[in-house]
Amino acid sequence: MPTKDINRGYYYFLIPGLILFLLIIGIPFLMNIGISLTKWNGIGKMEWVGLSNYKAVLTDKIFWASFRNNVAMIFSVVVVPTLGGLMLAVLLFDYVSVKISHSLTSVLRAGYYLPQILPVAIAGVVWGWILNPNYGALNWLLDNGGLSQFTHNWLGEKATALPSVMMIMIWFQLGYPLVIFMSAMQRVDPQILEAALIDGANWFQRFKIIMVLIFPEISVVVLTTTIHALKIFAQIFVLTRGGPGHATLVPSYFAYQNFFEKAKVGYGSAISTVMTTLILLLTLVFIRIQFKQEKESGV
Amino acid sequence: MNQVSLMGTISKLTKLVTVLFLLLLLFVMLFPFLIVIINSIKTPAEYAANGPMALPHEIYFGSIIAFWQRVSFHEKLWNSLVISLSVAVFAVLISMLNAFALGIGKVKGRYFFLIFFIIANTLPHESLVYPLYYLTKGIGLYDTKTAVIIIFTAIQAAFGTFLLTNVFHSFPTSLVEAALVDGASKPKILFSIVAPISAPSLSVLFTFFFIWTWNEFFLPLILLISNSNQTVPIAISLTQGQHNMDVTTASASALLGMLPCLIFFIFFQRTLSRGITAGSIK
Repeated sequence: MPTKDINRGYYYFLIPGLILFLLIIGIPFLMNIGISLTKWNGIGKMEWVGLSNYKAVLTDKIFWASFRNNVAMIFSVVVVPTLGGLMLAVLLFDYVSVKISHSLTSVLRAGYYLPQILPVAIAGVVWGWILNPNYGALNWLLDNGGLSQFTHNWLGEKATALPSVMMIMIWFQLGYPLVIFMSAMQRVDPQILEAALIDGANWFQRFKIIMVLIFPEISVVVLTTTIHALKIFAQIFVLTRGGPGHATLVPSYFAYQNFFEKAKVGYGSAISTVMTTLILLLTLVFIRIQFKQEKESGV
Repeated sequence: MNQVSLMGTISKLTKLVTVLFLLLLLFVMLFPFLIVIINSIKTPAEYAANGPMALPHEIYFGSIIAFWQRVSFHEKLWNSLVISLSVAVFAVLISMLNAFALGIGKVKGRYFFLIFFIIANTLPHESLVYPLYYLTKGIGLYDTKTAVIIIFTAIQAAFGTFLLTNVFHSFPTSLVEAALVDGASKPKILFSIVAPISAPSLSVLFTFFFIWTWNEFFLPLILLISNSNQTVPIAISLTQGQHNMDVTTASASALLGMLPCLIFFIFFQRTLSRGITAGSIK
């Protein structure tokens, strides 16, 4: 049977999916861009204003403050967990599992991963309780440990709010790269590392070899968590609502405020379009890497 | 002391230090879980007397029950369950149909479609939320579980299409060709040959869609405003910061948010560990 005939008649299967995507993602996405070119309070008439919302976004101090906080989120969602996860993964895979105990490795891996199973909003609730200035466990511990001078209204003070949120993000995010890197190392041929050992490679040299071998996973983790960091909303909503002041404001929450609290829908749409542009650029890099890997693995 | 035994001592010491460090880190990671559990099962009086670190003398479910009743937790569990299960079923189905065309049918322009689906999945929900809010209001679906189910079916299926296309791509074509020669219809091939053989991948996808939808916050927060439609994470986070909450109740609320996920984790551990990496690298 010629290939042509075999491949015929498959398009129909795309129809339900495409209709769904058009209605739920395609049309709303384009509408959002359209709205971003207007001044609109969500109920009354839309007024066409061209690119002026974008001009306003780019000169808005609050937007830039939220953007700066996004960089802080990238640090605590991408940089620290990826580096920490990498070192922990190598330590567990190459040392603890081999020289100490395999089951200890499994327990540690599962334990470090556990925060990841929580909905981010619930992780926020848990930490909101621990950090509560009046009845939270952390201040109680400090008070009763004779360290009363270190108690804070952790999420309510300008100086401690952002660092507290960042610590929570690290706690939440550490397990994800760890688990991915450990499974990546299982894919690596152990003979390569054994050969390196026989050649007299020291621990650091072996670490570098592992890094090179699992580079595809590292790049994907960095990209996906960066996209994730740019979208952070629930933790901020639950923990601080962007405050105090704009100390923990992120673009996602800023867009939400404009949509649903300030009734500045056009402006909110412009903020979300700026966010989307950034995320789309990262997604395109992600796609390139994925397709490159596919070609290399011969699919 | 000779060289060999000195080396032995050093390596033992390294082991000890490493293990201590890793256990300390484990304690830090688990601390929030531990402290929430021990404080939600003690009486307010005991908390006042002994503080958050003391183990409870007797197990007391009063705070949990009180908070359960206050938020009608069974109702929220039901909402989350209905939404997550429906999304998982529909999204697996749509992913299968798409992936059948793209991965097995290898239709023209499949890379274009795949790119489209990946982008659809990574788009920030902020760029969809207002139109979705406006449109669901316009057609009378605002504040209904149906709207949330349809929306997340699309979002999850976008990811599922991408993943399943990769899986179906390596499906043995000889099986499909043989069935075609025997005169089997394409839907029959999909549902009685491809789907059963790909069951492991489908079950991983199903589990992920279920848990991801359960954990969603942004769109349900905006689209499900009435109390009786809210999901578990929304209901619990919205009761946060209410001033009349005492310590053990606050802790109980955190526990009720965590508990379903801990149960899924125990239930699906195998599927999850097989699938955690599926999302990033096939």
